[in-house]
Amino acid sequence: MPRLVSHPDEVKIISRRFGLGAASIDRYLELGGYQAVKKCLAQGPEWIVEEMKASNLRGRGGAGFSTGMKWSFVPKQAAKPKYILVNGDESEPGTCKDHLIFLHDPHSVIEGTIIAGLAVGARMGFIYLRGEYRYLLEITERAVAEAYARGFLGKDIFGSGTEFQIMTQTGAGAYEVGEESALMESLEGKRGVPRIKPPFPAVVGLYGGPTVINNAETIATVPHVITMGAAAYAAVGTVRNGGTRLFCLSGHIERPGVYELPMGYSLKKMIYEIGGGVRGGRKLKAVVPGGSSTPVLLPEEIETLGMDFDQLGKAGSMLGSGGVVVIDDQTCIVEFALRTISFYAHESCGWCIPCREGTDWLKKSLTRFHAGFGVPSDIDNIQYLSENMLGRTFCPLGDAAAMPTIAFVKKFRKEFEAHLNGQPCPFAREGVPQLTVV
Amino acid sequence: MSENAKSASSETPSVFSPELAARFDALIEKYPARRSALIPMLLYAQDEVGYLSDAVVAEIARRIGITELEVRNVATYYSMLRFKPAGKYNIQVCTNISCMLRGAYDLYERFQEELGIGHKGVTADGLFSLEEVECIGACCWAPAIQVNYDFHDELKPDLVPGILAAYAQRVEDRARDPFREKGKNA
Repeated sequence: MPRLVSHPDEVKIISRRFGLGAASIDRYLELGGYQAVKKCLAQGPEWIVEEMKASNLRGRGGAGFSTGMKWSFVPKQAAKPKYILVNGDESEPGTCKDHLIFLHDPHSVIEGTIIAGLAVGARMGFIYLRGEYRYLLEITERAVAEAYARGFLGKDIFGSGTEFQIMTQTGAGAYEVGEESALMESLEGKRGVPRIKPPFPAVVGLYGGPTVINNAETIATVPHVITMGAAAYAAVGTVRNGGTRLFCLSGHIERPGVYELPMGYSLKKMIYEIGGGVRGGRKLKAVVPGGSSTPVLLPEEIETLGMDFDQLGKAGSMLGSGGVVVIDDQTCIVEFALRTISFYAHESCGWCIPCREGTDWLKKSLTRFHAGFGVPSDIDNIQYLSENMLGRTFCPLGDAAAMPTIAFVKKFRKEFEAHLNGQPCPFAREGVPQLTVV
Repeated sequence: MSENAKSASSETPSVFSPELAARFDALIEKYPARRSALIPMLLYAQDEVGYLSDAVVAEIARRIGITELEVRNVATYYSMLRFKPAGKYNIQVCTNISCMLRGAYDLYERFQEELGIGHKGVTADGLFSLEEVECIGACCWAPAIQVNYDFHDELKPDLVPGILAAYAQRVEDRARDPFREKGKNA
């Protein structure tokens, strides 16, 4: 069972029901659940979209797009049925927040899905979890069944005359399916390869109908925004970055865990105060701020850095999915870069060449490099290959592989050079197995 | 519903248990398009049969009304789906970054030593198989593994023999009382 953690600096909005048994509908109702959706039924779709816009809630999957804006792009009149698609295909290395949401508060996802449906005029929602989360699917399915039994889902939700249905399912192991168009393909029973955009899902999505796709954390936040009021929610965060988010602290940290902190919270404080510092009193070497696809940051870069989408963008990285991976000074960055690119080479769907070939060549180069057979031109080649992937692929997986690699080479060039000409890895230690590559 | 699909569900003998066959009948009708049921069906079929045998692929194709080739084309994309039997308990060790930083490779090595098998290997008695897998979404509780669908987190190599013994014990318990754990960890 994943351990829950706590810190006085936390502002518990999304996580306020964690550990309180809210997976059961009675407990969820006791804790104020399903009040937001009733408010939305009374206020109507335009009000909901305006509230979402005013809340400055931005997509928690990684892109950070305004949720209210996304919903407003869905045409009011459409020839085909509209759908809500909840992306719980959480697969970005370093990220395990949706895991806790589905475990402790599945009804908040259901309530958020209904509200999204009301906002855009959809009558059906899909909650898609990654295949490995079977036990979480079962928890979510029980919650959906409870909601049906109470008349919160079905032909006439809350006696309002409005219909809303929810279906749940899992994937079967594919990082790429977390990309929105690949997710739709997977839900339609196909290989999870991305679609060419435009058209965007808000116009032509699932089964050809207008579709809103939101990350599970975004959707779980929606009822809280409605309950608190948009202004109060926005006030918790920083300018244009409303509210809180779940940060997943992992790696070489004393107290790893999922902590809910206001947007804009200091990364340095997050590591040293919330997480208790680097494990074993060691020194910080680097930190991956938002999941494995976000460019790594050096200790001197995080001195005054606040964790919101805009500040991370300015620092040359991304807030991403909230996975903060702490790396200590005894870690080999070449090995870390190799493990990262091995993941992307494994997960590239093979649909477009720059990603398929690029990730494979990067993995080959880094494998050889880490084994001590690198030549000086390899370092520039790794960077050249990565830069040629950027922006040249159908979906962001190519960028997700290239961006961190470029940062590793740029920021740790000396360490790459130390692996040259048959020199053993300077971090190789007795009893520490060398990285095998799958 | 196509003629093909009808005969599959009502007349042709099924490779699935009556419960699973009934579940599939309902699932196919629930989605806006029949084919949407494909990936869940492949997973549930694998859970029951152990892997996607030729007979499983053929029956799923018939039930949905698509070709076997289309089923294989989709199934080969997803890393959890397999075409060969795995062990009764499939041990999946995550070695991605968060787990790696907290000793996942030591853990993986210990599993290899204890079981005497490597990546995608199956023990001679068919009880265990081993896989090195990508991130399983338990980064804050690293290093973590999954045994079939069960998570085990915050592990150390020293805990490996105990985990293996506990799963081996389950099989022995079941041999004594076959109804005790019915339906679990198929």
